[in-house]
Amino acid sequence: MAFVSRGFRGRRRSPAESGRLPPGQYLVDDFPVLSAGPTPFTPLDRWDFRIVGEIDQPRRWTWEQLQALPRETLAADIHCVTKWSKLDTVWEGVSVDTLLEGVETAAGYALAFSDGGYTANLPLEDLTGGKAHVVWSFGGEPLAPEHGGPARLLVPHLYLWKSAKWVRGLRLLAADEPGFWESLGYHMYGDPWREQRYAGD
Amino acid sequence: MAGTAVRGRLTWTLGTVVELADQTERVRSILLEVPGWPGHRPGQHVDVRLTAEDGYQAQRSYSIASAPGERLLELAVELLPDGEVSPYLTRELRVADRLELRGPVGGWFVWEPALGGPLLLVGGGSGIVPLVAIARHRAAVAGDAEVPARLLYSARTRADVLFAGDLERLAGSPGGLEVVGTLTRERPPGWPGRTGRVDAGLLAEVAWPAARRPLAFVCGPTGFVELVAGALAGLGLEPGRIRTERFGPTGT
Repeated sequence: MAFVSRGFRGRRRSPAESGRLPPGQYLVDDFPVLSAGPTPFTPLDRWDFRIVGEIDQPRRWTWEQLQALPRETLAADIHCVTKWSKLDTVWEGVSVDTLLEGVETAAGYALAFSDGGYTANLPLEDLTGGKAHVVWSFGGEPLAPEHGGPARLLVPHLYLWKSAKWVRGLRLLAADEPGFWESLGYHMYGDPWREQRYAGD
Repeated sequence: MAGTAVRGRLTWTLGTVVELADQTERVRSILLEVPGWPGHRPGQHVDVRLTAEDGYQAQRSYSIASAPGERLLELAVELLPDGEVSPYLTRELRVADRLELRGPVGGWFVWEPALGGPLLLVGGGSGIVPLVAIARHRAAVAGDAEVPARLLYSARTRADVLFAGDLERLAGSPGGLEVVGTLTRERPPGWPGRTGRVDAGLLAEVAWPAARRPLAFVCGPTGFVELVAGALAGLGLEPGRIRTERFGPTGT
């Protein structure tokens, strides 16, 4: 017989809300912060975003150039591997499709890299097709530094550690290689709906 | 960013509550016997899963307070008034109850003797829990004089200080842990520590000089961690040697 925690009743959410919650997650209304080290602060005049690696002509945008690209506003549910989920978050930024427009590459993977040395790996197909953005605004306000400002990656269909804060670029790779948390025991892919939290899940 | 050996799949396992100890009015230590516990590194946490009779489940993560060599696994859980899991763990759970666990989890906010020091441990509120595991482990294996360590903690009142007895014991031996506590909401007579919030001034006083390349572990609520990690970087500590973990009213 399955294990039952004596005396535990729990607090269920409405079916409408709980249907949007991946297994093992709970809803929050605030926006918790998790990061591995101090929040980096790079002045915008020294900030750029680059696409490097398996690409004939590496690409680079300054902050102004990035802001001048076609913008999109998107709403997403986000899911952190530490178990909280937040529904209907609203972001503004540029689609990774726009950044990769016209790029010829044999790469199947990408490593997002950030100020402070953080990295996260993703299959390239999870960054394209409207599934990923580089965002600089949250809830109509500039993205706060502790949440990854000036800009972070947003890939909401994967656990939020893939949505690298303080992102500065993408390294296109022929073969998958683990990023920061992935080399510390977390899952290489991180699908919240399949509860891929840790290696082997 | 040193990689660590990735173990096989983490599976859910049952631990048995051997002892419950109230640290303060709101924080309870849960000591568990976990057959087949694979061992952990100080600073890591564990996932806890509760299951109701109808199959409804809730999961949360809690830091481990015990050192790796100890017989029992100790968690310290803070009661969040609006919480779903912490009221059960701090009010309902009894000795001999069983608890489903998965872990250990987390490979960055950990310290081992090979990482050296000097160690600077800075904890706000229940953020002290993983730092206690580190301090206990250091005392047990590292040889106190080899890796000098300072712990700065912040608590609201004297009655909110967690692991007070353990800290006193860890500080007591020669070459032991240097402990500085600060209270943010009261100035009790006879309090030997500081008062007021941790700020850049207090950190400048307590932190090891940057030239000694200290290794810092900072854990607490987001605002606390932002301030402390930023101030330590401002004092010249290497950002890559400032490891952070955050506890919020929600989140971990």
